[in-house]
Amino acid sequence: MVRASWLPKLVVAPSFALALLFIYGLIAWNGYLSLSASRLLPNYEFAGFDQYVNLFESERFRVALSNMAVFGTLFVGGAMAIGLLLAILLDQKIRAEGVLRTIYLYPMALSFIVTGTAWKWILNPGLGVEHLVRQWGFEGFTFDWLIDPDKAIYCIAIAGVWQSAGFVMALFLAGLRGIDDSIVKAAQVDGASLPRIYWRILIPSLRPVFFSTLMVVSHLAIKSFDLVMALTAGGPGFATDLPATFMYAMAFSRGQIGLGAASATVMLALVAAIVVPYLYSELRVKK
Amino acid sequence: MQRIVSRSLGLIAAAAALTCLPAQAGELEVLHWWTSGGEAKAAASLKAAMQAKGHTWKDFAVAGGGGDAAMTVLKSRVVSGNAPAAAQIKGPSLQEWASEGVLANIDGVAKAEKWDELLPKVVSDVMKYKGNYIAVPVNVHRVNWLWANPAAFQKAGAKLPTTWDEFFVAAEALKKAGLIPVAHGGQNWQDFTTFESVALGVGGADFYKKALVQRDPAALSSPTMEKVLTTFKRVKDYTDKNASGRDWNLATAMVIKGEAGMQLMGDWAKGEFIAAGKVPGKDFACIAAPGTAKAFTFNVDSFAMFKLKNEANVKAQNDLAAAIMGPEFQEVFNLNKGSIPVRLGMKMDKFDECAKLSSKDFVDDAKSGTLVPSIAHGMAVPSAAEGAMKDVVSQFWNTDKMSAKDAMAKLATAAKSK
Repeated sequence: MVRASWLPKLVVAPSFALALLFIYGLIAWNGYLSLSASRLLPNYEFAGFDQYVNLFESERFRVALSNMAVFGTLFVGGAMAIGLLLAILLDQKIRAEGVLRTIYLYPMALSFIVTGTAWKWILNPGLGVEHLVRQWGFEGFTFDWLIDPDKAIYCIAIAGVWQSAGFVMALFLAGLRGIDDSIVKAAQVDGASLPRIYWRILIPSLRPVFFSTLMVVSHLAIKSFDLVMALTAGGPGFATDLPATFMYAMAFSRGQIGLGAASATVMLALVAAIVVPYLYSELRVKK
Repeated sequence: MQRIVSRSLGLIAAAAALTCLPAQAGELEVLHWWTSGGEAKAAASLKAAMQAKGHTWKDFAVAGGGGDAAMTVLKSRVVSGNAPAAAQIKGPSLQEWASEGVLANIDGVAKAEKWDELLPKVVSDVMKYKGNYIAVPVNVHRVNWLWANPAAFQKAGAKLPTTWDEFFVAAEALKKAGLIPVAHGGQNWQDFTTFESVALGVGGADFYKKALVQRDPAALSSPTMEKVLTTFKRVKDYTDKNASGRDWNLATAMVIKGEAGMQLMGDWAKGEFIAAGKVPGKDFACIAAPGTAKAFTFNVDSFAMFKLKNEANVKAQNDLAAAIMGPEFQEVFNLNKGSIPVRLGMKMDKFDECAKLSSKDFVDDAKSGTLVPSIAHGMAVPSAAEGAMKDVVSQFWNTDKMSAKDAMAKLATAAKSK
């Protein structure tokens, strides 16, 4: 009996210790750096909230934050909506479902770097869509979002949704398949139409799938770095900077480790502000 | 024969001056990002010279243009107390590293080799921290060049511009001839390279120093600055739509192929022309950027020397410093890299027309005080302010709604970043 009480703790201890040190320890270290006067190398001269003042005075960081909001909403919303739609369409017991499923899931097999590079060419006005449509004879056609500082962020959202929608579809499809057929049959006996069955019965019963999908997709949105780097490298100018690329530029190329650490802390706070209430409400419901 | 004897005598004398004791073999670890073609050859010649002196060479090459990757590796090495002997660092970053107290004082070598006489003062000042040498310069790149395709100019009936007014006349003619007048790549350092050439051409060297190097608020918000910004923005009308994010060498390729008429870029562009089998003066023209014939924006690569503990390694480090500034390495390296020797009074026989012109201007401008550091290439302004200024210039270049007045106000704020 005595043995049983300490054995599980012992087995969990190494991973607990590692997580404590390398996740929470480093979060704390980063937090301290954000209060220091660190520039090229980390130093421990206390500077109070100077870095945060600089951070919020920096126009580039404000642009990065508003980009995060635009990109996050479009990417998460777009991927979930298109993914759900594809899953419902594929759920109609159609022929060659296996082939279609593979095709839609295929983008997930690519890294964001490949996606970014491919879309960079597709969206480039002189190489991609605009060029093609003009060659078809529509001389006045313009599609130059990629080089327009106000619209370039939408290009990143388009590429991101393309990459992730298939994955979201697979999750929803698995969820739909997991629902007991007899519920649908009972509804059909009651005379409910197909859209109504989906809207009132099937989609609400996908709630846990929504939860896990949202977690996966929103963390993809917040950590988006490679996609931006490959597609626009933050440009034109710094119009498509996200907090992650801002942090990288400050900490690693501009010798402003303190400022980079401050922006990383703000990112952490943002993630926590979204995820913690959601986790709390979801976990409480289950009890 | 006599020359060889006297040269080897000289070498022996130099070696004797440096190593009073019988040659002690040390280990040299050198961080650099010279991994491509000509640069790699140049690095190999340095390695051979060091091995000839009996030192072991440990190559620490981190690929990735511009060196961001290398800097990240270097930081972690220095923080863990395991610095290499030398690392490729340049401009005010040298001061930033030195103020962290990790760089070695190499005044001993500098005195023995008379660096103060061999380097223009503006350059040697960059290599010093509080009056002591901490780094060795390798080469000089001139940034204010205009590369032109004479065939394209002939087709358009335009002549090579020497002022900004002529530049726009030529650009208009090239445009009419159905060519892209200016090959450009929309990356922030390329935007700024163009910007500083405009600033130097429109405002002159004194304005350049005052506004961009000293970052004087009055000069930054002067009417001259407004004129610089509007001229700069006019250049954009003559670039193509696909410039966004394009690498500089692809822009150079457009000039080589004759799709575009000209490019404002530093002399590393010459390497691309030469690699394509083009002859300077015939297949392509190298002229100073409009209005800057009597000025020179320099971009000097250098090696910072780190503090080492092992005595033998310090000796090896000193030998390395002396060899880098030595005439042989300066010649071999710069022939391969396309730049010019930083050491004054070198024979330029083996160099091409562009390099000869560059070298002549370098010497003349050093005397007349119109030799100015390039900001786009991290030679003058601390990295935080440099980055912020680049952000503003690129934003202005890309945003059509932004007026020159707005840009001036933002530039003045950016210049104050610490």
